[in-house]
Amino acid sequence: MEVALAGLIGLFVAAAVYLLLSKAIIRMLLGVAILGNAVNLLIFTVGRLTPEIPPIVAAGEYLPIEGSANPLPQALILTAIVIGFALLSFLLVLGYRAYQELDADNTDNMRLAEPEDAPRPPLSY
Amino acid sequence: MATATTSYDALNLPPALIDAATPAADWVVVWPVALALTGAGLLVMLRNYRHMQLAFAVAVITAILLSNLYLLARVIESGPLAMTMGRWLPPFGITFAADMTSAIFSLAASIAALVVAFYAQTELTDREHKFGFYPMLLLLLCGVSGSFLTGDIFNLYVWFEVMLIASFGMLILGGRKLQLDGAIKYGFLNFLATTLFLITVAYLYGLTGTLNFADLVDKGADIPTGPLITVSLLFLLAFGVKAAAFPGNAWLPASYHTPAVSVSAIFGGLLTKVGAYAVIRVLTMALPEGGAQLQPVIVLIAIGSLILGPLGAMAQTNLRRAIGFLVIGGIGAIFAGFALASHHGIGGAIFYAFHSMLAITAFYLLAGLIERSTGTTDTRKMGGLYAANAPLSILFLIMIFLISGLPPFLGLWPKILLVEGGVRAENWWLVAAILINSFLTLIAASRLWAHIFWRNGVEGERSEQAPVGLQKLDRTENWFGFLPTMILMAIILVFGLFPNWLFEASGIAARDMLLPDRYVDAVFAHAEDRQ
Repeated sequence: MEVALAGLIGLFVAAAVYLLLSKAIIRMLLGVAILGNAVNLLIFTVGRLTPEIPPIVAAGEYLPIEGSANPLPQALILTAIVIGFALLSFLLVLGYRAYQELDADNTDNMRLAEPEDAPRPPLSY
Repeated sequence: MATATTSYDALNLPPALIDAATPAADWVVVWPVALALTGAGLLVMLRNYRHMQLAFAVAVITAILLSNLYLLARVIESGPLAMTMGRWLPPFGITFAADMTSAIFSLAASIAALVVAFYAQTELTDREHKFGFYPMLLLLLCGVSGSFLTGDIFNLYVWFEVMLIASFGMLILGGRKLQLDGAIKYGFLNFLATTLFLITVAYLYGLTGTLNFADLVDKGADIPTGPLITVSLLFLLAFGVKAAAFPGNAWLPASYHTPAVSVSAIFGGLLTKVGAYAVIRVLTMALPEGGAQLQPVIVLIAIGSLILGPLGAMAQTNLRRAIGFLVIGGIGAIFAGFALASHHGIGGAIFYAFHSMLAITAFYLLAGLIERSTGTTDTRKMGGLYAANAPLSILFLIMIFLISGLPPFLGLWPKILLVEGGVRAENWWLVAAILINSFLTLIAASRLWAHIFWRNGVEGERSEQAPVGLQKLDRTENWFGFLPTMILMAIILVFGLFPNWLFEASGIAARDMLLPDRYVDAVFAHAEDRQ
């Protein structure tokens, strides 16, 4: 089960990296979204997969049953999902605003902050 | 099977809860974070009351500063301090722990934030007040202090994200085209770095089953070499990009000169240092073997940043971009100490980071005052400012000596530690790079001074007339801009003239990083029967 999921995570990461290497902001955004999901799956998988038994402590017991699922990765993923969602939303709006203001979806055309024909520094002193 | 009446002892399990409540005085570990978060929330509610924003923010940051001072006093007096949330025993609960490194970094962060809170008055419009500059400043401080004080690596990731979200907001406040352009690059690259950090945290959890720094000190030693190098390299890459160390530095000079000056100042002062702090905390304290395995790579990163930073600064015509490159040079010095991983090296790195947090903030603020006086960001069009504002030229001159590490200023002392560490380790390349960095920084910064203050007027114009277009600072700029900057410089000067306590503090900090027994003991103080 872990091996299958590891392969899936690998596919996700490969797709995300491919998209992130693109020059188009919209593809990079898709890459960010896929990468976020790849990470969530990864956290889930490294917590080891034991799906049969829920991690619930029965009444009168002090410990969950041996071999029950690990609840910690689920808490970690929940945190990561919330944060990832916030960041992705921000980047989406930022990408849209940049498209409106700079009239560019191509990172090659976004040279305002670092102009390509920057003047040479003074040679004096 | 146990029945409902069975006690803990009968189960023969170690208890998972601390019986005693945390003493009230120990809560100081979370005060900086709690105060900043509460303050930010309240300031959002007060967003329509412009006149209250500054006063409230200053009150909150002052409270944070005072609790940081108290925290530092406690750490000096009784060693590292720890508190675990919800009274769970570590490693089950999320731990906050402060050793000397955390305490002095957190203190420097609050000093820088306080000065910036005043400076922001010179440039914020009503709209930017309303859109929440001060709440975001407090959230940023919250994320930074949280990163310094947390004792849990996943929690560190959360503070990184708090910091990142706040910095996004500050970066695009005002919404000029230039800012959006810078924010795209800053946003994507920093997002990738934190995601990489999260991936590595997942691997680390898979390998050790724990996320607590103090627990990792024990369990990290059992990781086999192969996976250890993978995890350490990923950490180095993620934190290296966050710290803007060569070759992951591209985002910094692309974005730090675009927002308001106060935003540049707080970013330049704090954000990169958090990456540097994290790399030292994880790869020197928690996974020392991993750091040792990667030492040649870290040396290359350090040398690259040390040399590339000031060289990049020389090639700029935009004042704040030039300072951005000098920030990268400073990160190189921190990485040099980190690469040495010796008492002198780590001590020097921590000392340098403390110096750099204050000095870089002041440097950006000075740049802001210069931009105000000359009405341009282009060093070729400045010139002759000496005549219009002589005190500013003196402060800038002091700043040059400060960041290139000339005596008797604060920048000198950490470099002495770093060079001594390099000589003891016989790492001559690193020693040479640190010294060349000082020399190149001096050249780059003095060129700025010569162009801005010394030269009479715009480049290429030969004129005996006094330059036109220079403005005196107005009243707000003098009281909220110049005065706080001068006070910050005075604080740095005093630290530089009396550096003894900082030498001692960084010595203790380095000892606790390299040999974290006191840190581990503080975190596990309540778990007597831990194997």
